[in-house]
Amino acid sequence: MFIPFFYLLRQTGVPASPTAFLRLQSALQQGLITSLDDFYTAARSILVKNEKHFDLYDRVFAHYFQGQTLEDPKSEELKDWIKEMLQDWLHDPAELAQALGMDEQELSKMSPEELVDYFYQRLQDQDGEHHGGSKWIGTRGTSPVGHSGYHPGGMRVGGVSRNQSALKVAMDRRYRDYAFEGPLTQAKVGEALKRLTRLVPEGPKDVLDVDGTIRETVKKAGEIELVFRRSFRDRLKVILAIDNGGWSMEPHVQVVKTLFTHARAQFQDLQILYFHNTIYDFLWYDPPRRSRPVKVDDMVTWDSHTRLIIVGDASMAPYELMARDGSIHLEDSSGQPSIERLQLLARSFPYSVWLNPMMTDQWPYTRTIGMIRQVFPMFELSMDGLEQAVQYLKGQPGAPV
Amino acid sequence: MLANEDLQSTCQQSSNYVLDQELAKIVNISMALEMPLLLKGEPGTGKTMLAHAVAEALDMPLLVLNVKSTLKLVDTLYQYDTLTRLNDSRFGDSTRDVSNIEEYISMGKIGQAFMSDQRVVLLIDEIDKADSDFQDDMLDILDQMEFDIIEIDKTIRAKHRPVIIITSNAKKDLSEPFLGRCNFHHIAFPDPDMMQEIVRTHFPDLAQEIMQQCIRAFYALRDIPGIEKKPATRELINWIRAVQHDPEVKPKEMKKGNLPYLGVLFKKSQDFERAQNYMQRR
Repeated sequence: MFIPFFYLLRQTGVPASPTAFLRLQSALQQGLITSLDDFYTAARSILVKNEKHFDLYDRVFAHYFQGQTLEDPKSEELKDWIKEMLQDWLHDPAELAQALGMDEQELSKMSPEELVDYFYQRLQDQDGEHHGGSKWIGTRGTSPVGHSGYHPGGMRVGGVSRNQSALKVAMDRRYRDYAFEGPLTQAKVGEALKRLTRLVPEGPKDVLDVDGTIRETVKKAGEIELVFRRSFRDRLKVILAIDNGGWSMEPHVQVVKTLFTHARAQFQDLQILYFHNTIYDFLWYDPPRRSRPVKVDDMVTWDSHTRLIIVGDASMAPYELMARDGSIHLEDSSGQPSIERLQLLARSFPYSVWLNPMMTDQWPYTRTIGMIRQVFPMFELSMDGLEQAVQYLKGQPGAPV
Repeated sequence: MLANEDLQSTCQQSSNYVLDQELAKIVNISMALEMPLLLKGEPGTGKTMLAHAVAEALDMPLLVLNVKSTLKLVDTLYQYDTLTRLNDSRFGDSTRDVSNIEEYISMGKIGQAFMSDQRVVLLIDEIDKADSDFQDDMLDILDQMEFDIIEIDKTIRAKHRPVIIITSNAKKDLSEPFLGRCNFHHIAFPDPDMMQEIVRTHFPDLAQEIMQQCIRAFYALRDIPGIEKKPATRELINWIRAVQHDPEVKPKEMKKGNLPYLGVLFKKSQDFERAQNYMQRR
């Protein structure tokens, strides 16, 4: 019964298991389900195990039982649409677009919203493939939106980021799926991280040390002497947030990967999250930063003893950090500037560090590094820097910083 | 098992818990299928309350297992009191028989639920605090409905399968095998209408005007950006209790944005300041 419904659920991405489906059958057989309403509730509680799939379930249900059209989520649609459009016109990367359609000064003042509007406007104006010219989007054009163009505050649509300061990336989504990389043998980073997981004796001495008790008792010729020891427990929880997107981190990917592969083996409770450039409203569990977001607002309720390690080059346009709407991705625009989000995280996790793959002597040249350093203690991603970071993170929670 | 409506109304009468139709169905289905019911939701939305209400409605005793991160699985089953035994064997001044280990074994919450002569409701509260090994192992035992006491080589079998309700604050994701063995429900935050009903069950005598003002203000306060711990149902009820006890509070004043006792709603000092600033700006 309802086998197509089950498969439809699975196809749309609800991870319903066959066992659960059989369980639903048994509920049906026992006569527990007598109406469509019952079926809706029962099937959901049996088949769907996460509230983030509830919406998907609702749509599949409406489609299957009421013939509603099954639509893709809006953001996916938008993304795909942008991608298709841009790929059509921009697959031939031009080296440099020199002139600009408008006055340079005037353009650099445009806010991202205006740029996005402008971008869509141009896309709508356009009805054919286009290379060169001064208004439409294409390659080698002079319009401020397009590929590999130089524009002080312009929107980048694919291609290499030259100055590590593109304002809006509409088509990058370039990520490395770190999670599926094989183990690396460089033991250096692992060595330093091991210190983090070193068992710290804590809590009262409430575990009976049987060996010790026997030893002491024998020493006293049978007079029982109880020996207690502290219960050993590795309570370090770690959140590792990795900047895995975009071009500015590309040169550092190998270093981060090494750290990451080791980290995975070292901690019992390790959450790995991804972000792009800086943190806005969401981080993601999945490297493509698409399907499993976690809200920063939710993270603040997590255990505050968790050590938060952020890995990123902290290099971006000051705008992305400070402005109310600085997000580099169109879909996560929100009301709060990134710097406030970072401050919120720093408050919620008193023990947090920022590891920067750029070496210390380069830091003064990037303004945003200075700004982020005021929020998080920053260490360089080298053996020395890691030593210091680990020392810092090893502090007992609750102790004054 | 009670009919859905019965379960619903009994809950409301017995323990001030407003059970919605959907949840009543899910509780019944889980009982019929003999599956643990996993409840997720924001803190303060009544996950724990539900177990209490269900136990009362079904007229079964309730056993609560509060999960802590340091909890070991065996402690939830039974404890072997080696120390007392050692002490007794040394001084020999107790009435217990030292050679009988069984006298030094006491049951943990799961053990008690299995040993009970009556069917019980077993609430496993905040399972997400424990690590995933603990969670999986525990469900093994709840699946098989038996465990061994290794010290005396004895198997404890459940006399009656308990009604198991598990809550999680969704701090971290639970493992797949764990989820596979539970029925799942997410308690959404109640909408204002539902909230009125909830408040009404708790305060049958409260003036309509004050109640509406409180609820309106409450939802507005929840929407203030940047709040770390949003006030939930629990806070609202405490707040109304505070407001009710103060004869000085006038609904008109509240309408103007003069909200007393904000400290009941906001437990973190930063949140509190934020809320105050927000009220002043309005």
